Amino acid sequence: MNLLEMKNIGKAFDGLEVIKDISLSVEEGEVLGVIGPSGSGKSTLLRCATLLEKVDTGTILYKGETLVHTDEAGTAVYAPPADIKRIRSYFGLVFQNFNLFPHFSVLRNITEAPIHVAGQTKEQAVENARRLLRQMGLEDKEDAYPYQLSGGQQQRVSIARALALKPDILFFDEPTSALDPELTGEILKVIRELASERMTMVIITHEMGFARDVADHILFMDDGVIVEQGNAQELINNPQQERTKLFLNRFFNQ
Amino acid sequence: MMLTVHTAALLAAQSSTFSQKLTAVFTQLSVGLLTTLEIFVLTLALSLPLGLLVSFGRMSKIGILRWVVKIYISIMRGTPLMLQLMVVYFGPYYIFHINISSEYRFVAVVIGFVLNYAAYFAEIYRGGIESMPAGQYEAAQVLGFSRQQTFMRIILPQVFKRIMPPVTNEVITLVKDTSLAMVISVSEMFTNAQALASAQVSVIPLVVAGIFYYIMNYVVAWGMELIEKRMNYYR
Repeated sequence: MNLLEMKNIGKAFDGLEVIKDISLSVEEGEVLGVIGPSGSGKSTLLRCATLLEKVDTGTILYKGETLVHTDEAGTAVYAPPADIKRIRSYFGLVFQNFNLFPHFSVLRNITEAPIHVAGQTKEQAVENARRLLRQMGLEDKEDAYPYQLSGGQQQRVSIARALALKPDILFFDEPTSALDPELTGEILKVIRELASERMTMVIITHEMGFARDVADHILFMDDGVIVEQGNAQELINNPQQERTKLFLNRFFNQ
Repeated sequence: MMLTVHTAALLAAQSSTFSQKLTAVFTQLSVGLLTTLEIFVLTLALSLPLGLLVSFGRMSKIGILRWVVKIYISIMRGTPLMLQLMVVYFGPYYIFHINISSEYRFVAVVIGFVLNYAAYFAEIYRGGIESMPAGQYEAAQVLGFSRQQTFMRIILPQVFKRIMPPVTNEVITLVKDTSLAMVISVSEMFTNAQALASAQVSVIPLVVAGIFYYIMNYVVAWGMELIEKRMNYYR
């Protein structure tokens, strides 16, 4: 079953088309990598999928439920608030710069939404958060505040925070771009583990080797369109399009 | 010998009048101090929450509301507080020909101070709220927090920490501004100090009043620093 379907998505900022008629789908258990130069529209696409931006045109379905569709007049119509609230619980997002809540401890960063959004009891939420922190190798950090952690640790907390709501699909917006190179490994390792547990994920990344290894499917975006897509190994090792070859050459010849 | 005794008696008489005068100064100023403290506490208790509401109006999506609040803030900041107090006190009589009772004096002072300080606090809140990074709102939104939850749980606690230094400034200014109540003859500390200074033909009552204000602000600054330290558990 397709967990996520985006059809004919269009989005412009002040008349400038950032996304041009993009369609994609993500199956349950699939890991989709999205690569491409900066300004290619990757982040905007992900922000549209996670409701941080509204699409101008197109359809988005989560688990077959319509989040937004385009009417006959060509305008995007979003689902009523109650539906949006439910659909929102299907996905989670890990930001490039973590966006942890600085005034909450690590534990409270993770438990706040499960308690006050998902209606879990405090005991449930805390137990689950501690399990996630163990999984992230941060079991001794629950009382720390974000400023006391390294970037890599903060990003692992933010992954735990997203996982605490048990999303069906998890989005990553360049999860290692704000990190020192020596810290990217710990994040990639966590994502690999999630992939091995069959977590459905969409990952925007500049780590080509990582994308090839962890993703099932890769989209190469440039200038608001999908230039090429396919099996991760094949696309990275043997790109067909000129633009894809150019882009990948720049990466691997550095 | 006689001379020495006489001098001593004179000195004693003088010092007795001096200490009597000083006692009078302290008792009268203490009575006024109570009123000063009432104005101070009431103004803070009312203008801090009102300022938050005003800042919402200032940031409202409704153009007309935003515009009205902007004019209100601009008048409050652009005219003397002394004049505002006079308008609040005398306005009802001059504009509506309502006879004003003497009890209204204190009420007028509090209304005047609250309206003025709410405007300043509103701008401080606005600055704090607008300085919050968009990422905090986005993270809260993706996690499913409602707008109200986001504001109360994520944004406002952080805003309070950010605005502590400018709020401390305003609170310290308020302690000193309470002396403006004199303009409509509310007998707070400064009114009494000035009356005593004329009666005793002495500067001492004013000096003592100055010391009282200084001590109050010392306490205020100490209290605010304590709160700031309490909030320093995160960065």
